[in-house]
Amino acid sequence: MSTEPLTNHASAAHAGAASEDHVHHGNYLKVWAILVVLLIVSVLGPMTGIRPLILFTAFGVAIIKAYMVAKNFMHVNLERRWVTYLLITCLVFLAILFAGVAPDVMKHQGLHWDNYAAKEAVQAGAQGNGKHE
Amino acid sequence: MSSRSIANIRSVTGIPTARLVTWWVIASEIFIFGGLLASYIMHRLAHPEWGLEAAHTITAAGAFNTFVLLTSSLFAVLAHKAADAHDGPRAAKFLRLTALGGIIFLLVKSLEWTDEIREGFVLSSGGFWSFYYTVAGLHALHVLAGLIIMLVFAVDAAKNENLPRVQCIGLYWHFVDIIWIFLFPLLYIAK
Repeated sequence: MSTEPLTNHASAAHAGAASEDHVHHGNYLKVWAILVVLLIVSVLGPMTGIRPLILFTAFGVAIIKAYMVAKNFMHVNLERRWVTYLLITCLVFLAILFAGVAPDVMKHQGLHWDNYAAKEAVQAGAQGNGKHE
Repeated sequence: MSSRSIANIRSVTGIPTARLVTWWVIASEIFIFGGLLASYIMHRLAHPEWGLEAAHTITAAGAFNTFVLLTSSLFAVLAHKAADAHDGPRAAKFLRLTALGGIIFLLVKSLEWTDEIREGFVLSSGGFWSFYYTVAGLHALHVLAGLIIMLVFAVDAAKNENLPRVQCIGLYWHFVDIIWIFLFPLLYIAK
């Protein structure tokens, strides 16, 4: 079977799709400059010694940077809406995974159980002060 | 007659098939890296001593690599812009610059790892280092794969062929950049 008709049909579809498929290209240099400034902020954050500020400059800024890359470089906001839904669904399932597993990992003892290995690891790590021979 | 991949021109779902596949790849990668990162975060919160281990990572190297990846992402989106303008040679030039960013990233990473391994911090040195080498190593493999694909696509793009592919590899590269944006504070800043 020849693929010619399919190719022709696809080319015609492409010709139509191409005109509507191109995104509006913004000022990418400006976006990059903002991202670099945010990177500097995240590096300088720990120097303040203020814990809430460090958390924001590290992880809050990371979320802002990721959003900027997704919006301005990946053009997620201009993509078909279900692509956004697909990505959000993935993140929701990740959150469910975290919520389901975290109690077992983050707690080292419960009503009828003790995670001795984890407790020993914490104790040994604190005594060793993170140094290796 | 120039060869054109059907995946780039067929769009049954309203999105060219090649780009649709790229989004599916990204969705699956969210689970791969997301699972690892979620696991790292819950262990990190449960093990305060990991902060002492993290103090040995080289923040300057991580920050420089973040800068390199952000810059390479800029080149990737400029390649996409050139491809949309049907300027294949320009798109190819930006794709090669993006790949160069990937090569610099891997060089810095290998120097950094050499230093850490010489100091005795290896995969089996503890929970933190296991995660560190696994997550950063998996990410580095993605960078390597991305830059190889990018160099292959650049050959076609230079001849004004298969230009829609430029956007697809760009999407993948931006995703790899986003993963690093989260790895940087987790592995280098939170000490």
